[in-house]
Amino acid sequence: MLRFALAMAKRILGAVRDLFPIIAVIVFFQVVVVREPFPDVASVAVGLVCVVVGLALFIQGLESGLFPLGEALAQGMAQKGSTAALLALAFSLGFGTTVAEPALIAVAAEAAEVAAEARFIGYSQASQDRYALELRVVVAVAVGLAILLGVLRILKGWPIHRFIIGGYIVVLVMTVFAPEEIVGVAYDSGGVTTSTITVPLITALGVGLASAIRGRNPMLDGFGLIAFASLSPMICVLGYGMVS
Amino acid sequence: MLESLTLFGQTLMYTLRDVSPIIIILVLFQVAVLRRKPPNIGGIVTGSVMVLLGLALFLIGLDQALFPIGETMARQLTEEARALVGAVQWEDYWLVYLFAAAIGFATTVAEPSLIAVGLKAEEVSSGAVNAGGLRIAVAVGVAVGVALGCFRIVTGTSLLWYILGAYVVVIVQTFLSSRMIVPLAYDSGGVTTSTVTVPVVTALGLGLAANVPGRSPLIDGFGLIAFASVFPIISVLGYAIAADWLQRWRRRREHQEVEL
Repeated sequence: MLRFALAMAKRILGAVRDLFPIIAVIVFFQVVVVREPFPDVASVAVGLVCVVVGLALFIQGLESGLFPLGEALAQGMAQKGSTAALLALAFSLGFGTTVAEPALIAVAAEAAEVAAEARFIGYSQASQDRYALELRVVVAVAVGLAILLGVLRILKGWPIHRFIIGGYIVVLVMTVFAPEEIVGVAYDSGGVTTSTITVPLITALGVGLASAIRGRNPMLDGFGLIAFASLSPMICVLGYGMVS
Repeated sequence: MLESLTLFGQTLMYTLRDVSPIIIILVLFQVAVLRRKPPNIGGIVTGSVMVLLGLALFLIGLDQALFPIGETMARQLTEEARALVGAVQWEDYWLVYLFAAAIGFATTVAEPSLIAVGLKAEEVSSGAVNAGGLRIAVAVGVAVGVALGCFRIVTGTSLLWYILGAYVVVIVQTFLSSRMIVPLAYDSGGVTTSTVTVPVVTALGLGLAANVPGRSPLIDGFGLIAFASVFPIISVLGYAIAADWLQRWRRRREHQEVEL
């Protein structure tokens, strides 16, 4: 119990340090540049306390819960030696974490609006909703395939830069042919699949796999899954914009 | 009091809904494929509960404290710049670029997923990668990226050229840097754009596009997140290459001194 309290106190100090730059920037611009009275100081202060405690709890829980879970699973799967089961896990993790991602829901709705504005699809709410839902499923499948490919890369030890550079070339070529309105949304969608819980878990999975398989280096082979997961939605949204 | 409790309950439910697919998949594979209990199940359960509670608290706090201010300031700054000018001159928006860089840096330092990846990288490299150093390198990349993205919105130039240029830089850097750092650097592009950075930066972009004459929020307002995802790759690789060169230069100098 005492050890836990000590650990939490350390985390809270760390969280205060992490948040200090944000507070400094906002106070500086508010006081020096905008020069308007600070809106509702009390509610801001309460909010900041929530942020600090929340961040500390999150990091502590990550170290004692999510990281060990991801690694234990990766090691267990590697020992079991069934490639098919491992690839199934990779795909379902990618798909499952993406399809319900709030940021993706927001981006899909925006993309539908853009498409309606450009008259690709009907202006009615129903056709916009259908477009947004299709787009979400397409992106989720793409992220699932991306994690699957990333895990396959770890198993085989392929160098990552070939995939990423190849992906960049595909994105650039598609940009030339895709309708102009979709390009901004597509580029931004690369960031939406990597939420706060997905990133630590996927990282633990990759690193755990690379440490469990003989001949793989966790630094060289363990990282890179997030990079795959952020590149594939761009390709998908661009492709979806071209097809429809 | 009751109100804030309801709010907390609601946010907790949202977080739980986001996390439940992941938990279901993990449990399913653990039970159906591995057919055994994970080690230290008590620690995993308490840890997961802490992650959920922490994330819910964190989101509520952001909603209460940071997002309203961030969004209001983005609007105020862009409106101020608009009041200044008749014709669009990109220099008139220098305060916006400054704010963009500062807020991009600050939100990235506080990004929980970047903290997580930094911890993991430090552990795996047994200390060769410093978690704090990695986070600052990434934050510098986001700051430059977001400021440049605002410049693009003001000038209305094509997103393609910037992204093309950034990709070329990444490709060249990939061949110059040590193989060990490349996967981590690629990953750092994706981790920057999570809970904290995305809402504030998106508000900045849309506000700017709405206030600069001749820009449409729909076409010009997006793209900042893309900048914030590419430039950290450049800054992390650049930092690694510079550290590498410095070390080699020092070693060579020591070598020469010994010979003398």
